[in-house]
Amino acid sequence: MLTYTIRRLFTAIPTLIFISLIIFLLLDMAPGDPTASLPLTIPPEVREQIRQSLGMGEPVHIRYFLWLKQMVWSEPMFYLSQSVSWIDAPDAARLISWQTRAPVLDTVFERIPQTLMVVGLAYVVGVLIALPIGIISAYRQYSVFDQAGTFVSMIGFSIPPFFSGVLMIILFTVMMPNDSFWWFPSIYDTTLIVDSWENFGKQVRQMVLPVMVLALQTTAQISRFMRASMLDNLNQDYVRTARAKGMTESVVVLKHVLRNSMIPVITVIALGIPAIFGGAIITEQIFKVNGIGQLLIVSIQGSDVPMVQTLTFIFAVLIVLFNLIADILYGILDPRIRYD
Amino acid sequence: MPNGAQPVLDVQGLKTVFKIRGGEVHAVNDVSFDLRPGELLGVVGESGSGKSVTMMSLLGLLPTPPADVRGGTVTFQGQDLLKVDAETLRGVRGGKIGFVFQDPMTSLNPVYNVGMQIMEPLRKHMGMNKKQAAVRAKELLELVGIPDAERRLKDYPHQFSGGMRQRVMIAIALACDPQVLVADEPTTALDVTIQAQILELMKDLQERLGMAVIWITHDLGVVAGIADRVLVMYGGQIVEQAPTRELFRDPQHPYTRALLKTVPRVTGDREERLAIIEGQPPILGEHPSACPFRDRCDVALELCAKQNPPRYDVGNGHDAACFYDARTGGPRDA
Repeated sequence: MLTYTIRRLFTAIPTLIFISLIIFLLLDMAPGDPTASLPLTIPPEVREQIRQSLGMGEPVHIRYFLWLKQMVWSEPMFYLSQSVSWIDAPDAARLISWQTRAPVLDTVFERIPQTLMVVGLAYVVGVLIALPIGIISAYRQYSVFDQAGTFVSMIGFSIPPFFSGVLMIILFTVMMPNDSFWWFPSIYDTTLIVDSWENFGKQVRQMVLPVMVLALQTTAQISRFMRASMLDNLNQDYVRTARAKGMTESVVVLKHVLRNSMIPVITVIALGIPAIFGGAIITEQIFKVNGIGQLLIVSIQGSDVPMVQTLTFIFAVLIVLFNLIADILYGILDPRIRYD
Repeated sequence: MPNGAQPVLDVQGLKTVFKIRGGEVHAVNDVSFDLRPGELLGVVGESGSGKSVTMMSLLGLLPTPPADVRGGTVTFQGQDLLKVDAETLRGVRGGKIGFVFQDPMTSLNPVYNVGMQIMEPLRKHMGMNKKQAAVRAKELLELVGIPDAERRLKDYPHQFSGGMRQRVMIAIALACDPQVLVADEPTTALDVTIQAQILELMKDLQERLGMAVIWITHDLGVVAGIADRVLVMYGGQIVEQAPTRELFRDPQHPYTRALLKTVPRVTGDREERLAIIEGQPPILGEHPSACPFRDRCDVALELCAKQNPPRYDVGNGHDAACFYDARTGGPRDA
């Protein structure tokens, strides 16, 4: 398993380099001008100088290799030099956002906590609700509970967040009386510092709406997978064997069937995690959560190539990483799969 | 009781129905039999004759719905298993009555090692701790002839061959010293050579441990080789019951006789075509009011379409559910 993991990590390197190249070339081909959002009063020759100073005069392969060097060498070295004293900061300048002039990675690290708090929590909540729903729906197939679960899943699948998000705002922010317990803010306040129970309560309340919108989607998907996988296994012969051994229904379902059913579901769950970092782009916009997804949108609109390039590259790294984690979990759950 | 001994298991009037879309299938109709201590009872019949469903019904192992055990009594150790509460029934399953199923490739849980799967009933029914159960599990694997038992406990089902897996299944079934072992076509999914090994093992274990065995099969050769007594099932009911020797010497029911003719013979005239029983077994939409075999029967009488024949005692512990008397060649005068 260890050698397998190491081998997979090494094969990930060329994959990631290839992905980053594709992203870079795509961004290079895309129309857009980093100076487009600057005031129109700037004369064309100054505009050209700005472009040159951003490095846009260099040929594309030079720019790519410079970005790559910055990404895999200079930036990691910079963060290392920040944390340990015996490494000096590299001479190279930081990778700078064309839009904000701030180091790209500093901005990314500022945004990650909000995304993790809201989107990550929504994912956890969604999965925790989905698994029991899937298990019970399958065990009591075609019961009232199962029908209700199917209906909720259908809603979760078919209503996009830009609709359910706005609906939530109308219901819980606009129509709900302000002094009601069920009133929730529609705007996420990042400046809120949790230093007291009162502020903690506020933090929880401002997370409720975006978390609900996102969790509905996750629940819809994962509960369907869980249900289908449980149904596949409930009719297997080994389940009859477990019953014939005199095991209680809870042991039969939660020990024998569940572990087998989790094998495909765990892959789906693991592969969904990178999407968290990708941020719920739309939901973050609706609820004004200044997370990664929102950052990506703003950067694309501003033709901020280094920022977009870096963010998409981080997503690529996470997808490759969680693919590997899914495969490893697969091997742990299913003894028939051994990677040695 | 011909043998005078108290039966370990006494089934009377068992009836099981499957509810399907737009109707019902009467899979087991008024089945009565007993199982005597230390006996190996063979149950034969073609697919769909209700052999497995009968045995599953005894311990509530059929999924409900669609299955519904409608009536009858199953007396085991003074209790009616159809009426006891779920916890008592679980104590009987795997504890006092063991099961071996047909397909060893799918009957074991693929994600747990066989040691855990053998230890599970030991810990539940015998109250053993992990250590005691592990010792007993090793003994059981040795008992069913798996070499290097201690190491094999940690192996997963996919690391065993089909025959070895069936041995593991037998070890699980025997784990808690059951009084009764129900073997549902335990050799059907195996190679012929492995079949012989498993048959021998089961026969040997039955003699050593003195338990009663119900052996479901569609192979008359297997029955002839190991059973003490045979039940022949057709259309969800028992059509003939006799000690093995008696059944093969003097079959009374036309179905049994037809069945015995279908067994190919190695000796004799090879030109002869294999005998077959024309037609299909019935799917019973309601409780049968006539003999289920009458359409395929070559000696069917008028009465057979009007009434379902009861089981007539023909002596020597032998009975047959047929209005036609094979000995006189005419209708039975009952």
